Amino acid sequence: MSQHLLTELTVFILAVFVGLEVISKVPTTLHTPLMSATNAIHGIVLVGAILVAGTASQTLGPVLGVILVILASLNVFGGYTVTERMLQMFKPRVTSGDGKK
Amino acid sequence: MNAVATSASAPANPLDIAYLATGVCFILGLRYLSHPRTARLGNRISAFGMLIALVATLTQGIVAWWIVATGIVVGAAIGIFSARAVKMTAMPQMVAIFNGMGGGAAALVATGEFLRLLVESPTRPPSLPIDQAVTIVLSAIIGSLSFAGSIIAFLKLQEVMTGRPITYRGQQLVNALFALIVVGSAIAVILNQNVEMEFFIAFGGALVLGVLFVLPIGGADMPVVISLLNAFTGLAAALTGFVLANNVLIISGALVGASGTLLTIMMGKAMNRTITNVLFGAFGAAPATESAAGANGKPSANVRSASVDDVAMMLAYAKEVIIVPGYGMAVAQAQHSVRELADQLEKRGVEVKYAIHPVAGRMPGHMNVLLAEANVPYTALYDMEDINPQFARADVALVIGANDVTNPAARNVPSSPIYGMPILDVDKAQNVVVLKRSMNTGFAGIENPLYEDPKTVMLFGDAKKSVEELANAVKAL
Repeated sequence: MSQHLLTELTVFILAVFVGLEVISKVPTTLHTPLMSATNAIHGIVLVGAILVAGTASQTLGPVLGVILVILASLNVFGGYTVTERMLQMFKPRVTSGDGKK
Repeated sequence: MNAVATSASAPANPLDIAYLATGVCFILGLRYLSHPRTARLGNRISAFGMLIALVATLTQGIVAWWIVATGIVVGAAIGIFSARAVKMTAMPQMVAIFNGMGGGAAALVATGEFLRLLVESPTRPPSLPIDQAVTIVLSAIIGSLSFAGSIIAFLKLQEVMTGRPITYRGQQLVNALFALIVVGSAIAVILNQNVEMEFFIAFGGALVLGVLFVLPIGGADMPVVISLLNAFTGLAAALTGFVLANNVLIISGALVGASGTLLTIMMGKAMNRTITNVLFGAFGAAPATESAAGANGKPSANVRSASVDDVAMMLAYAKEVIIVPGYGMAVAQAQHSVRELADQLEKRGVEVKYAIHPVAGRMPGHMNVLLAEANVPYTALYDMEDINPQFARADVALVIGANDVTNPAARNVPSSPIYGMPILDVDKAQNVVVLKRSMNTGFAGIENPLYEDPKTVMLFGDAKKSVEELANAVKAL
């Protein structure tokens, strides 16, 4: 194992612990938005997609390249939009008398 | 760390600084999800972090602008459109398909890097350094497994194909065979045998395996599967980070992997089943169909059925009512009517709470979203642990389209298939009202002794219609 890989593994393992710590604090009522939020976050693979499909080497060819970027952007933009849509529905109890609206 | 020639004293690459900011934004974004009040802010911080990473990446010597631009515009358009159009009941399949897209993208990124390394390899036939071979192959396998699995999960949830487990003779054997092919060719790539062919065999084998492993899993087990696939895609994204030597991918992938794993474990616990049992058990496959057909119709002698007016009276003069919504309520689209009913009751001074079982929906937290959509305040929604001690004080527990998660057999009948599963203690309430279409058993095909409890009355009929009638009856009182 190279020094380089070891550094990356260090980052990975520490990030897993941070993830477990942060996510265990998310209340069950928000678990669906949590999933779609993390879904959007792994859309970060779009960064990789742009580097692989857009820079000089272009080993995938144009068709697969476009498909790759589409897949990743779908993930990013769809993920954030749908999370936002869900989160705006979560409201505390309305205090105005009849509880409607 | 993007450039290969980084030395310890070289000044930091601005790109890496931007990626660090992105990583921090993602962690903060998840941190703010710890309360519904701050959750939206969190989502925006996370999206902002994504924007930073995107802009920074676009400064990195992109030559094929049209590929990048077309991809982003088309992907964003489809993504935003479908995210806006999707119904909240269809959220599990939406999350599944987005998840699959991410997995597929990760697998393709790995493939692109693999091909580049082949071209650039100094040896003929080409070979890969072992570090890179391991991460590339793993990222391609896990990514394509997640891609194919998510698509099958999507098709099942969308009911394009049957939600029941699909099983056949020798299934385990076939799955094991494909698993062996995938592992074997992955090892061959790593040991630098005929790399190119072996790589694509591993890739294709993982696609098939993804399909095969989700096929035997039934609709009610989907919360586990979706969480697991989410974890897979996270892991695949992290692995592409290793492949591209890109920290932000590693960090984000690790966060998602941790989240997916945690949710998978929680869902497994909520069903009292191990993950292996969910994946390989084909729960309730044949028996469910048999007993559903056998127990069809006829309520047994001990079951009391009540009229709408009886139940409305009971609810209206109660002090505290706990509503127990199940997936049946969501299927009947009754959540808005349920809120109407709750409003009517609250007007009369009745305290209304909602008891949510962790697997009440088709994905973790699904029921909460459905109720939030119907304007039920999140402060009225209670977790299983919080609400269970309160049932004894409740005058009425109103069960709407929930079955197995209220089944006392899980507590006291060791021979029951769901024995040991944590349930909502509905039977501890003073009175129990069960809204149900007929006496059919639930998804798992298990009799529910709750229905024969002397405290229980049944209100048969379509959930939505019954709830609407109840709301009107309470109003008229």
